[in-house]
Amino acid sequence: MYDNEKIHILTILVDNEPGVLARVIGLFSGRGYNIESLTVSEVDGKRHLSRITITTKGAQTIIDQIMALLGRLVPVHHVVDLVHHMPFIARDSVLAKVICPLDKQKELCDHASSFGAQLADKKGDVMIFTMTDEPERIDSFIKSLRNQGSGQRDIDVCRAGIFALDYEEQALQKRKHEADVAPLALTSS
Amino acid sequence: MAITHRSRNRSRSASSGATGARTLSGAQIVLEVLAEQNIEVIFGYPGGAVLPLYDEFFQRPSKTMRHILVRHEQGAVHAAEGYARSCGKVGCVLVTSGPGATNTVTGLADAFMDSIPLVCISGQVPTHMIGNDAFQEADTVGITRPCTKHNYLVKDVRQLADTLREAFHVATHGRPGPVLVDIPKDVQIHTAAYTPLRRDTGAVRFRYRPTTRPESKKIHQAIDILAQAKKPILYVGGGVINAGGDSAAQLQKLATKCGFPVTQTLMALGAFPTNHKQSLGMLGMHGTLEANMAMHQCDVMVAIGARFDDRITGRIKDFSPHSTKIHIDIDPSSINKSVLVDLAIVADAGEALRALNQVWQEKRIAKPDIKAWWQQIDAWRAKKCLHYKNSTSTIKPQYALQQLDARTKGRDNVFITTEVGQHQMWAAQFMTFKKPNRWMTSGGLGTMGYGLPAAIGTQIAHPKATVIDIAGEASILMNIQELSTAMQYRLPVKVFILNNQYMGMVRQWQELIYENRLSESYSASLPDFVALAEAFGACGLRAEKPQELESVIDTMLKTAGPVIADIRVDPLENCFPMIPSGAAHNEILLGNEDSDTANSTSEEGMVLV
Repeated sequence: MYDNEKIHILTILVDNEPGVLARVIGLFSGRGYNIESLTVSEVDGKRHLSRITITTKGAQTIIDQIMALLGRLVPVHHVVDLVHHMPFIARDSVLAKVICPLDKQKELCDHASSFGAQLADKKGDVMIFTMTDEPERIDSFIKSLRNQGSGQRDIDVCRAGIFALDYEEQALQKRKHEADVAPLALTSS
Repeated sequence: MAITHRSRNRSRSASSGATGARTLSGAQIVLEVLAEQNIEVIFGYPGGAVLPLYDEFFQRPSKTMRHILVRHEQGAVHAAEGYARSCGKVGCVLVTSGPGATNTVTGLADAFMDSIPLVCISGQVPTHMIGNDAFQEADTVGITRPCTKHNYLVKDVRQLADTLREAFHVATHGRPGPVLVDIPKDVQIHTAAYTPLRRDTGAVRFRYRPTTRPESKKIHQAIDILAQAKKPILYVGGGVINAGGDSAAQLQKLATKCGFPVTQTLMALGAFPTNHKQSLGMLGMHGTLEANMAMHQCDVMVAIGARFDDRITGRIKDFSPHSTKIHIDIDPSSINKSVLVDLAIVADAGEALRALNQVWQEKRIAKPDIKAWWQQIDAWRAKKCLHYKNSTSTIKPQYALQQLDARTKGRDNVFITTEVGQHQMWAAQFMTFKKPNRWMTSGGLGTMGYGLPAAIGTQIAHPKATVIDIAGEASILMNIQELSTAMQYRLPVKVFILNNQYMGMVRQWQELIYENRLSESYSASLPDFVALAEAFGACGLRAEKPQELESVIDTMLKTAGPVIADIRVDPLENCFPMIPSGAAHNEILLGNEDSDTANSTSEEGMVLV
């Protein structure tokens, strides 16, 4: 999927404070840009840093502009578009809920294993699989669950969204601000 | 965004547990921090959600800070902008929740576009009511997020002091801009330990630390490029004004050393004396022929604190096609945003200019020989692009401004503000600007109604100066209520209305691009401006004939209080030169003989604003 010139994976290191996600997302919505996938979580509890990973499609010029404006936000420390700038690794995670009669469950488990997915839990007919892999592999796993066995099967899916890291050793040092400065302590909202 | 809720008890500045801590209410803490920041003036308007703060003003009147009561919150922000722009300090605003805060939005957006340092404090409904559709509630941080440099909602009084300190830091460092701090009413009442800021220990370390010092290597590269230039130009923006200090002097020093022509953006006027022999005047859509042609044909362009706005560049793909471009800007996101440059220097404009001067001197570089380039520029100058046909029966707006310029020349301290439209462009073209911070205009956002409140803020900063708002009859009506503020504080602002009975710039575009279909651009039912001035208690004057101008201007300048001068000008005069939207610099239109060609504005250009 990364061959497509229009796909961008932005990885953004921010202070974990109220409003920061809205500030970041506002730069996309204000231009009518859709976000394909979004993940966000605190990654450094000591310095209260979160990493936001945004997958989006769009013209390079607009993405460049959004990145420049992201860099201008006070709580944003670091922004990179991984796809066109550096070697990186990207993964997605999924939870997939399948209704499967007891006698077919062994077969379904084997099928899932062949994708590298695990059975996270099951209750009666309900089986929940989980898998972390390249996004396209997740796509094919989901497709295969729908089509496995006889006929089309309804499944419920929850995906975490694409998360990615580069291989740059220096990336952490390239921050806009010195890392030893903690963000202003603000209450969560 | 915080998904997990946790309380944090950290602070960056030495504010907890240290000696000197006192227990104060949130409202008191706000006033203490304003005093820490040496705030002398705050422009505001009271309301329910800021009553604790206003009560504090009443009970403990500050000896160092004045509150200026405006008549509309938009006026408060523009006044703070005028104040900030004219004296180089941060502007301060205080408004209530809901409508008080939403009324500031235009002003904040204006300050954001023009990089004006402001801190706007807004009241908010009590914390437990937020999100409840409470009376006078609005999602102020949500609404102002895209039109401020940064904003805060303070939910814990213990974080109030540090939040305000960071707000002032962010507003005034890096590329300046407006910062809003939303303070719920209960946070103003709750108490917390307050420790005065100790500047001597240097304890305050902020997370926001933009680069201001240029890389030495790049300064050397820039000097090497400048030394080789045959057809150079210095393209100066508002960053040189914002850099403050001796930045304008450094610019003049550099320009004198290298002998290069200097053109300035609307925001920069005064950073370099516009009557200097190396000045080509303003560039861009209504800039001079010589400035725009020089930009188009130069071989080396140095952009200093300018951002290649669409009003400057015209059609991007034909913008200065043959030049090596050096861009000095404090905001990395401005670099390569619309125009790709060859050498980017992220730095404060003043520091970069100082470094350039130093290296120029160290390397003992001789003044480049650019005689041929100046000959070419003089040939463009000879076209006298600002020429207009004067009249003995009708006041031409350009003539009115030339008279105003001539009759204020002898005065030391003249500050000009403007509204937005034709009169603004004529003011930029025909007034002389010798010093920085003397010209306050709404550049990026183009806010009609800016000029009068900005003049009020300017007059507050410079009580003895002559402050003139060059206005149009349509713009002035947008914030005319501020005349009442001027009366209350005895601010002798002069409103010089070029009254052509049209929203002139709209009419000009309709004439040139929409086959003269003058849709809704006529100002019907205008007030009698003389009577209007008198109704407020100000002095009203009127000039209808060119012969009356001199005495009206002199009377205006002599009058001790506020004045509205209603100058009845030619209703159909157009502002030239003009680069139509979507055209290139060398397609500039001059005066009436060229106006037919404007009808050929490309469809591509029609969609541009």
